[in-house]
Amino acid sequence: MPLKPRPRVGLFVTCLVDLFRPSIGFAAVKLLEDAGCHVTVPAQTCCGQPAFNSGDRVDARALALQAMDAFANVDYVVAPSGSCGGMMAKHYPELFADDPNLAKRAQDFSAKCHELVSFITDVLGVTSVTAQFPREVTYHDSCAGLRELGIASQPRKLLKSIEGLELTEMKECDVCCGFGGTFAVKYGEISDSIVRKKTENIIGSGAPVLLAGDLGCLMNMAGKLTREGRVVEVRHVAEVLAGFTNEPPIGAPKESGA
Amino acid sequence: MTIHSTSPAFKRNAHNALADKQLQQALGNVRAGFIDKRTQAAERLPEFEALRDSARDIKNHVLAHLDLYLEHYETKVREAGGHVHFARTTEEACATIVEICKAQGARTVTKGKSMVSEEIGLNAAIEAAGMEAVETDLGEYIIQLRGETPSHIIAPAVHLMKEQVADDFRRIHTHLDADRDLTQPEALLTEARMVLRKRFLEADVGITGANFLVAETGTSIIVTNEGNGDLTQTLPRVHIVIASIEKIVPTLEDAAQILRVLGRSATGQDMSVYTTLSTGPRRPGDVDGPQAYHVVLVDNGRSAMLGTEFEDMLRCIRCGACMNHCPVYHAVGGHAYGWVYPGPMGAVLSPSLLGVDKAGHLPNASTFCGRCESVCPVRIPLPKLMRHWREREYERHLAPATFRYGLGLWAFFARRPALYKFATGLAMPVLGYLGRKAGRFAKLPLASGWTDHRDMPAPQGKTFQAQWRERGGRTR
Repeated sequence: MPLKPRPRVGLFVTCLVDLFRPSIGFAAVKLLEDAGCHVTVPAQTCCGQPAFNSGDRVDARALALQAMDAFANVDYVVAPSGSCGGMMAKHYPELFADDPNLAKRAQDFSAKCHELVSFITDVLGVTSVTAQFPREVTYHDSCAGLRELGIASQPRKLLKSIEGLELTEMKECDVCCGFGGTFAVKYGEISDSIVRKKTENIIGSGAPVLLAGDLGCLMNMAGKLTREGRVVEVRHVAEVLAGFTNEPPIGAPKESGA
Repeated sequence: MTIHSTSPAFKRNAHNALADKQLQQALGNVRAGFIDKRTQAAERLPEFEALRDSARDIKNHVLAHLDLYLEHYETKVREAGGHVHFARTTEEACATIVEICKAQGARTVTKGKSMVSEEIGLNAAIEAAGMEAVETDLGEYIIQLRGETPSHIIAPAVHLMKEQVADDFRRIHTHLDADRDLTQPEALLTEARMVLRKRFLEADVGITGANFLVAETGTSIIVTNEGNGDLTQTLPRVHIVIASIEKIVPTLEDAAQILRVLGRSATGQDMSVYTTLSTGPRRPGDVDGPQAYHVVLVDNGRSAMLGTEFEDMLRCIRCGACMNHCPVYHAVGGHAYGWVYPGPMGAVLSPSLLGVDKAGHLPNASTFCGRCESVCPVRIPLPKLMRHWREREYERHLAPATFRYGLGLWAFFARRPALYKFATGLAMPVLGYLGRKAGRFAKLPLASGWTDHRDMPAPQGKTFQAQWRERGGRTR
């Protein structure tokens, strides 16, 4: 499919990035603009996934409609998250499957929704980035990105194009970190047991930097690592790909002398 | 039989399981044992993914024509000289089996591994009628000695370490030399074989489950690795097959297709060691086999799943791959789920059979990581079905009130972008300021489920949308 010379991309920044780590949003904008996109950020809130996964269809549909309206005038909707990206790209049609007025619209909308890294590689054909990051990193495959959207090789390929970066795989990199959205709070103890195995594998890799493509998982892993007193730098993969690594890592102090 | 379930106490069960060091060690073996073997078995077979599609399609076809195939199967069993009994409920199923055993004047009943017999509480019914039920699968035998239930659908004693089993054998098999060496698994197996041999020969009735019921021929098929199923069904005078109605497949060819994904998905074996077909009782000229052959077909809520969003669950062939790959199962083990069927398949099936008011925790206790669906040989969309249970729960206001309020509050703001902008515009800079020195919060009000176990990373400050507007207002 021939691309428009300058595709109009609406950035769906995701609530977590909007609220907790805007630098990921700016990294996403840079990566998209570098790849030749015209990026806009329509006023937005949540994709509706927490409601959808909690069985609250009414709110999930309302939020999906709100997003579909907000992003009606762009060619693509791109999110720096496989989880929210998967919600929009895979689950919106389920929400409207029995509504003849909206089923087609939801399908068309879903077809233009993508996760950030797979969008710039698979859709825009980007094969390398120009950033520098002379560090050893390990990469965690977040579940929704991996299993709903098939994201595994794309981030690794781009990471390997970064000057100085060395990728060391951890054991069980494709196993859940125990976040699971509201699961982490509702079943905190079980979530804790799962994330402990994850931090064990992260430490076992020997890499001083942990990357992943979903802020929820990153906050879970970073929160457990700091609680365990481990010194691992945790960052979103987009920040490293965009060269935005001056910000303190996730969960690290902003001011020295803490 | 009344069904005993501790599913409503899932959280407490999970808490205890997480604190049980021996259990945690045993669960490490699940994590290490099953996953690589399945992956390798699947990779050795280029058509594995196509076979999964085919298995799914066969089961879907059966479910769409279940009445027809059940009737045909019944006819074929009768033609082969067997008897078919339909049981709507667990009570009917137990009563039917007890009656057959009593009519034989049975004292000892041997059993092959059967999850549906656990579902209906068959052992208790047999014992209540004054007969002895003897489990002959090694894992089942062990947990019977311990008075436990299976913690896994194909590896019932997977929650135990071999040292615990050795202790149990010493406790129960008191007629054997007290100083015998039971350190090796082989020694345990040999001892169980020796003890069970006598029981096989004493048995009046043998009960097995079924992995498949073949409509074309009236054949029941079991797969085992120990051969105990064969001895259970050929030595006694009477063989009773107990199976749930969705075990039907149209032809032997179909069974053969599904067998190719069953062993690989379950244990990573190309085939189980034994695949045993039985059609009716001993015929004139047969060298062995039972004098009578009965099949008890159990519904127990399954026909009510047909035509609903949970129909997909009836494709399940009980391979256990979903629990073998489940991070929650790895964390808490099978008993925490509180009833017969653990792991992702149990999280969907148990609410169907017990009621979502009792088993509501199970479909909620999932991260939706999707690994179960990615390995299911009949491609059951397990996370989606768990989500459907959450919807039913939400509609019936069964979810905990605090959770509903929290979620409702979030949705209230998220559905009002102007309010969301205002509130987050105020809150995030404050939180960012408070967290600037530590970079994280060790305690947060209302978020103890999170901060009891891990820190909450602090936000950077102003929201992305606020900064974006400041930097050029290119919104909209």
